[in-house]
Amino acid sequence: MRLPCPLCGDRDRREFFYQGAAVTLDRPARDAGDAAWNDYLHNRDNPAGETRDLWHHEAGCGAWIVVHRNTVTHEVYGAELAQKAKA
Amino acid sequence: MRVQGKGLNANGAPLTFTFDGQEYQGREGDTLAAALLANGQRLVGRSFKYHRPRGILSAGSEEPNALVTLGEAAKQDPNIRATTQELFDGLEARSQNAWPSLKNDVMAVNDLMSPFLSAGFYYKTFMWPKAFWEKVYEPIIRRAAGLGALSGETNDDTYEKAFAHCDVLVIGAGPAGIMAALTAARAGLDVILADEDSRMGGRLLAETYDVDGQAGADWATQQIAELNAMENVRLMPRTTVAGAYDQGTYAALERVGHHRADRTGPRECFWRIVSKRSILCAGALERPIAFPNNDRPGIMTAGAVRSYLNRWGVAPGQAVTVFANNDDAHRTALDFIDAGVTVAGVIDSRDSAHALGDYPLFKGGQVIATKGRHGLTSITVEHSGGTEEIATDCLAMSGGWNPTVHLTCHMNGRPTWSDNIFSFVPTEGSVPNMSVAGAANGVFSTLGCLQDGIDTTQRVLVDLGVDAADVETPSAEDAPYRIEPLWQVEGKGRKWLDFQNDVTVKDIRLAALENFRSVEHMKRYTTQGMATDQGKNSNVAALAVLADATGRGIPETGTTTFRPPYSPVAIAAMGAGSQGHGFAPERLMTSHHATTSRGAPMIEAGLWYRPSYFPRSGEETWLDSCNREVTMVRGAVGVCDVSTLGKIDIQGPDAAAFLDFVYCNTFSTLKEKRVRYGLMLREDGHVMDDGTTACLGPNHYVMTTTTAAAGQVMRHLDWVSQALRPDLDVRFASVTEQWAQFAVAGPKSRDLLNTIFDDEIDNDSWPFMACGTVGISGVQGRLFRISFSGEHAYEIAVPARYGASLFGQLTAQAEAMGGGAYGMEALNVMRIEKGFITHAEIHGRTTAFDIGFDRMVSQKKDCIGNAPSRREGLLDPQREQLVGLKPIEADGKLTSGAHLFVEGADAVRLNSQGYVTSVCYSPTLGHDLGLAFLKDGPNRYGEHVILVDHLRDVRTLYEVCHPVFLDPEGELARG
Ligand SMILES: [Zn+2]
Repeated sequence: MRLPCPLCGDRDRREFFYQGAAVTLDRPARDAGDAAWNDYLHNRDNPAGETRDLWHHEAGCGAWIVVHRNTVTHEVYGAELAQKAKA
Repeated sequence: MRVQGKGLNANGAPLTFTFDGQEYQGREGDTLAAALLANGQRLVGRSFKYHRPRGILSAGSEEPNALVTLGEAAKQDPNIRATTQELFDGLEARSQNAWPSLKNDVMAVNDLMSPFLSAGFYYKTFMWPKAFWEKVYEPIIRRAAGLGALSGETNDDTYEKAFAHCDVLVIGAGPAGIMAALTAARAGLDVILADEDSRMGGRLLAETYDVDGQAGADWATQQIAELNAMENVRLMPRTTVAGAYDQGTYAALERVGHHRADRTGPRECFWRIVSKRSILCAGALERPIAFPNNDRPGIMTAGAVRSYLNRWGVAPGQAVTVFANNDDAHRTALDFIDAGVTVAGVIDSRDSAHALGDYPLFKGGQVIATKGRHGLTSITVEHSGGTEEIATDCLAMSGGWNPTVHLTCHMNGRPTWSDNIFSFVPTEGSVPNMSVAGAANGVFSTLGCLQDGIDTTQRVLVDLGVDAADVETPSAEDAPYRIEPLWQVEGKGRKWLDFQNDVTVKDIRLAALENFRSVEHMKRYTTQGMATDQGKNSNVAALAVLADATGRGIPETGTTTFRPPYSPVAIAAMGAGSQGHGFAPERLMTSHHATTSRGAPMIEAGLWYRPSYFPRSGEETWLDSCNREVTMVRGAVGVCDVSTLGKIDIQGPDAAAFLDFVYCNTFSTLKEKRVRYGLMLREDGHVMDDGTTACLGPNHYVMTTTTAAAGQVMRHLDWVSQALRPDLDVRFASVTEQWAQFAVAGPKSRDLLNTIFDDEIDNDSWPFMACGTVGISGVQGRLFRISFSGEHAYEIAVPARYGASLFGQLTAQAEAMGGGAYGMEALNVMRIEKGFITHAEIHGRTTAFDIGFDRMVSQKKDCIGNAPSRREGLLDPQREQLVGLKPIEADGKLTSGAHLFVEGADAVRLNSQGYVTSVCYSPTLGHDLGLAFLKDGPNRYGEHVILVDHLRDVRTLYEVCHPVFLDPEGELARG
């Protein structure tokens, strides 16, 4: 599997650390309440199809990236820097 | 038997080899199978289940029968296919699965037991008594049924791993593959052409066809030479592309050393090839026909029989017969007549068959019986004119050809049934960016393959936006395939389908009868296609038999899928470089050499190696050394390498705000040249890590992490800064390996440092938690007055290149002052005495509240984990919280991992009040002590608890106390 790091180009999957769904980009406010925080921390979709998830180019440039891909076909549509991405 | 003047290696040098100890002669360029057949050795193995005598079936990697063992002892390589093993001088091969000898195998008794060993016999026969399965049945079955064995010894052969990249990967170098590679290469693309054979050319090496007016093998050699001369082409012979993976990645196994007597250098190389596009030109595999006793040595596929004659000059028999349902197999008869070998007859199941040459043809014929215990002697043929027995020692059979679709199935694709060729063809788009050409695509004439190789590649060039290449189609034969399906022949005797797993037509029918009608169920019930060859010769015929037995068509019956690897790959190749020291990177401290030369046993901490203790003469156990080191630090001075702790340099106008956000306590109030302890939470409010951070100057900090969590913390800081707080102007970098850092601890620590510092320090200039720069023989270092032992202590850091030298100086001075180096055991004892936590306590399930640090979670600011740390249940007094444990009973054992119970309660999980995390013997206090988590712990000091360790059979009464056992006011560290 290869992932397109926006800074480094196509790189082998082994260079990346996998984190999880990109919804964690949308961090609740401190006073959002337990329900919002519990949802943010623990509830995830398990999509069969398109997904956006977070990878860290740990053995590369150190960028956190959001990868848009398909869990069924394994197609990778693209990636953007987490710094510029929206959840 | 060799045929004079035939074979591409007719002039090959003579080679000597042995098989089961018997010496034979072969020729350079032979495979082991070719050389065995040249010597008339037809019997080469015993079958898996019934120990039936078996010979060579094929001439390629699909071979199910001819598996042998090469090499001795640790260097033993089992299950080598004789059909792909290249002969070398001195090769020693042994047969497998036979005892005491290949000809007289006692386990052949299984063959007489066959009525009891049919499909599903495991499930039916060995059901009772249940306990017998593991102890009695399974070991016996495993011993009787099998392939070659490993030696069990450690093999020091080397294997390699490598990556390769290309625009176009062409898999297979037959006529289609050669034209595909030429077309792509002439268009200027980077091309890799991989082929599992030692010589490229595919079927052109095995046939007598002409291409462009010259012998096909010669034509292939010329094209390969042209490709080899091109800078944008890499030829990879002896390389099996074994698996197709995501984003154009392919696994390939190169056999680097198996063909050489010299065992230096790697045996195999495991490649990961990354391509923009791939073109599968893997050809086709011929399928046998399931007729009674079709497994005798001497019965081979027709194409293989031709290969042995045309490529290696070997006639596998002296009176050859052919049994087929298609025109192609007739070529075997023509080639043997041309070579002067007797062709005793061609049996063709088609009423419409025509003889293509001068040989006896039995139209509408079938082979209904065979004879010959250790090798074929005759066949019985039933045909339109009657029944007769024909003497023959080599029967060439062909049920047609199956396109080699395997790689197209590796990403869940299913092939499509074709009524034109009565086989499966690849389904387009099964593997993204893979095209298929030639016989693998169901195109069987030579001209068709050449043309399909060009056309397919031209389409790839269009996709890639590359100008079409100038390639002319060579002239070649374009004979039609002409086949009528024939899957099985009725008659007395077993009709073998899967030769490697001993599956017969009857087994498939039995599966259908017992309602294992789904192809997936049939496969598992009968083990059809589950051997190491994945049923390459037999799956399609087995499906046809199942379809017939269930009254469905083949397309409706469907097919099982093929999975990687295409042919077996040694784990040693996939794990190349990972044995021994290669298993994981080793990170060594600058003091490593000095430490090991003092005899210190090293322990792993993450990837680092750290000393357990520094043994001195007279000390017999680790505890002797550990006790002495603790007493030494507490009484004088000790030196410990702490370079393994993660160090992260943090700079920028918003560095303090960043620290406030990642630590739960406040750092923006930390003054320059001061150090503060920091606690880091995960976003879910549990503790991630702890450490100290020093303010070295305006907007400049250096953070330390625990050794094991350094990578995780760095990743976390990247996450926070890039994803959550891109508004903060801050930059950071790991400097763990740039600085060597040593703890100097004990009442004489300052005295020691003053012997090596350029300028003396004192308590006023360097109070507790101060930091700054110091000069050591002109080298600028960093000094931190921090303590993990509770003693008056410092950590001194210098650029890593001075680490070894400084460690030498510090330990020499320490020893002169009655101290010395100490290791992890003493460090651990001293931190437990002080109640300092490590990852034994912050193990991922504890909160700041649990370790008594909840007041550190500042409510004046937001930070990672702030709000979630106050969620319901996380501040509950009934949570298990950090306490100390001290003994009541003399010699009462204390073990880490033990659970705590109130006196009188049953020691069962529901009654557990908590658990022990860290234990030690404290030489300072003269008894054992421990840290534990206990429900409502801080309110239970003085209570007695029973400590129960069911694993070590320990049960002891302990007293709950404050977790800080020594110097609770912290006066020693400030002194
Ligand atoms: Zn990158």
